[in-house]
Amino acid sequence: MANLNDHMGRPIVAVTGIGVVTSLGVGKADNWAALTSGKSGIHPITRFPVDHLNTRISGMVDFLPSSSQGSSPLTYELAETAAREAVAEAGLDSGDFGGPLFLASPPVELDWADRFSLYNSDKHDAGAERLLRVARALKELDIFETTQFGSIADRLADSFGTRGLPITLSTACASGATAIQLGVEAIRRGECDKALSIGADGSATAEALIRFSLLSALSTHNDIPEKASKPFSKDRDGFVLAEGSGALVLESLEAALARGATILGIMRGCGEKADDFHRTRSKPDGSPAIAAVRAALADAGLGEDQIDYVNAHGTSTPENDKMEHLSLSTVFGERIGSMPISSNKSMIGHTLSAAGAVEAAFSLMTMRESVIPPTINYDNPDPAIVLDVVPNKKRNAEVGTVLSNSFGFGGQNTCLVMAREPV
Amino acid sequence: MSSPRDVVITGIGLVSSLGEGPDAHWQKLAQPGLQPVLEAARFAPYTIHPLPEIDWNLQIAKRGDQRQMETWQRLGTYSAGLALDDAGIKGNDELCATMDMVVAAGGGERDEAVDAAILAASESRNDRDVLLNEKLTTELRPTLFLAQLSNLLAGNISIVHKVTGSSRTFMGEEGAGVAAVETAAARICSGQSTHVLVGGAFQTEHSDMLLGYELAGYLHRGAWKPVWQRRGGEGGGVVTGSGGAFLVLEQREHAESRGRKIYAELGPVVSGRARRRLGELDGEIAALLSQAALPDGELLAMSGASGAHAATAAEKAAFDAHPAIAARAFSTLTGHMKEAQFPFAVALAALAVDRKAAYPAFDTTVEKPFGGVPRSVLATAIGYHQFEGMGLVKAA
Repeated sequence: MANLNDHMGRPIVAVTGIGVVTSLGVGKADNWAALTSGKSGIHPITRFPVDHLNTRISGMVDFLPSSSQGSSPLTYELAETAAREAVAEAGLDSGDFGGPLFLASPPVELDWADRFSLYNSDKHDAGAERLLRVARALKELDIFETTQFGSIADRLADSFGTRGLPITLSTACASGATAIQLGVEAIRRGECDKALSIGADGSATAEALIRFSLLSALSTHNDIPEKASKPFSKDRDGFVLAEGSGALVLESLEAALARGATILGIMRGCGEKADDFHRTRSKPDGSPAIAAVRAALADAGLGEDQIDYVNAHGTSTPENDKMEHLSLSTVFGERIGSMPISSNKSMIGHTLSAAGAVEAAFSLMTMRESVIPPTINYDNPDPAIVLDVVPNKKRNAEVGTVLSNSFGFGGQNTCLVMAREPV
Repeated sequence: MSSPRDVVITGIGLVSSLGEGPDAHWQKLAQPGLQPVLEAARFAPYTIHPLPEIDWNLQIAKRGDQRQMETWQRLGTYSAGLALDDAGIKGNDELCATMDMVVAAGGGERDEAVDAAILAASESRNDRDVLLNEKLTTELRPTLFLAQLSNLLAGNISIVHKVTGSSRTFMGEEGAGVAAVETAAARICSGQSTHVLVGGAFQTEHSDMLLGYELAGYLHRGAWKPVWQRRGGEGGGVVTGSGGAFLVLEQREHAESRGRKIYAELGPVVSGRARRRLGELDGEIAALLSQAALPDGELLAMSGASGAHAATAAEKAAFDAHPAIAARAFSTLTGHMKEAQFPFAVALAALAVDRKAAYPAFDTTVEKPFGGVPRSVLATAIGYHQFEGMGLVKAA
């Protein structure tokens, strides 16, 4: 008889379904095959013209029916596709899920395509005045829905039959991890016995790219796109904007075992800590990220020596990779040089609001498959960052526990600890 | 019967067209026949309730921090500071570093001039995507992005007020405010948090913020009317207002151990998602009222009704079916504040409980008088388009 409660007497939270979409493909099978063969999904941008842009590559998801329909439709389709895979794997009713929904998704804005078409459908007056006048005459709600922050979750709730008021959240690049954390916490509080946590991001518009570009956050290694994302390398020069989605069905271990579900992994612990230093940079001593890692370990009831592998945030920006190394070496001490630490972003780019969920999905698969995906493009190691990044080739290894890091603008630091087995 | 893990309200930060702070709001709202502060010209044909004059320096000491934000983030950071001050937490490093935060947020302000120039140029260009790249790469202010990101209101609160226990941002109009308060309360009840900062802000004085409603024709046009009387008027019934509302929620034991004044106890907080297209809204409101553990007898309700025709009519019908409820639709005097709507409703409810007096009717033609001392006050937010929530605020 398995222990059903954790070291703090809370219900143990199991994962019973996983879904994922990235630029590498739809579904776990295609993604895992690509990821473990070191294949990159980064490619030249074709969705919009790249005139005047310094960055002309991305990890956009260009192969879905909504890929050219704008951020909201694509984010919805990404979320829906990943959740469909996860709920099916869990063996639950895909139209009557019966637990709450937590959705990490990008903030929404009226797409430029809609702005242009609304504006140019009329000739009177100008600017905002014209837009407002045209807007109030619209007979359909389609455009309106794309500007409501709760609409994607509302549609998902309709589609999957989730319970109650769905929560849409943003903690910037940590959003996907926060969605999982909220699901874990709801189950631990006894509010539900299952939850659907999704991170989805289809917001790689020209404006999004330009905004990140103006903050000097993006790689401009345009010539060989698949080599642009090079976490922990000396010549890393920014992240690669990308899209994707990850979905997890979370269940109390008790409920999952009672219905005979396959346990794909355990969400052992979550930790977070906000940084008050700067809007985009971390406190120089790394103390908030360090505190987040330690909080996740404490929540999981594990010591520093009980983490087998780190799924790094590893964005390939000069700042992140340096600070992540500082934080991890502070927490794990000398052992850090011999712990495998790899970045999925070397292959899929930075999926922003989805990243924490996508990378949690890959972390769980790493444990199940006993294969660690590599950090590719590691040809020129940064001598200041001495890590075993599982360079360029996958590694077969027994992995019982994973730490997955997510750090974001606005001082967001969220870490998840996952395990293969309940105890 | 009180328990150490009750959720209590120990700090209130409010800003609206009526002024700032709990005292100013109480003094104004307790006056029978108070007239709203309106701005009918700037965004005609829409009327809005504008921000009062605010000295940002009082809560955001560094000019550099102020410059990094647009009005929405300043307003939220300012309101959060008022709540922290009110709870005696501001400047207490230890309490701030262990304080959790849940912010309900939409997005920040776009650069209207840049957008207007791009739209104007689009009339004479077919290569609009190229036009976009050309203009945005050269005319956007790089740091404006950070003033627009939803989670950067919370980020700025961390930077300015040093609240760093945890930081989460919920999105989704009124529902985000409901979920933020509900989640914060659940964390305290379960012992996950001892004290939480929760709230939101809405800055309506920007054309995109109006557009967010008007793409579905939700805004009221023409002469201003109270919330309950906009049906049949021109437009969709919503009059917006700029404002912010933050609460400090605290575990009773934690508040008592540091000797803080308790405004009121909060709970239960309930929420729902009616499938309104299927006609579920009436049933959902009734269900929430039955889950809210309403006390027997006369009950004051601080209603977040927006004026949106369908949702407001449904809420009114539900109140009419409960003759003991005396509703006060505060948006008549403040305007609709979207994500801040529910935290604002809870704050006003807590003030009435604390002052042991009800607000007079804000609209005497529709709202009933309430004579007694309100020991419990209901707070509601029925979304203008989607999502519903309520909470009961009780004498501490």
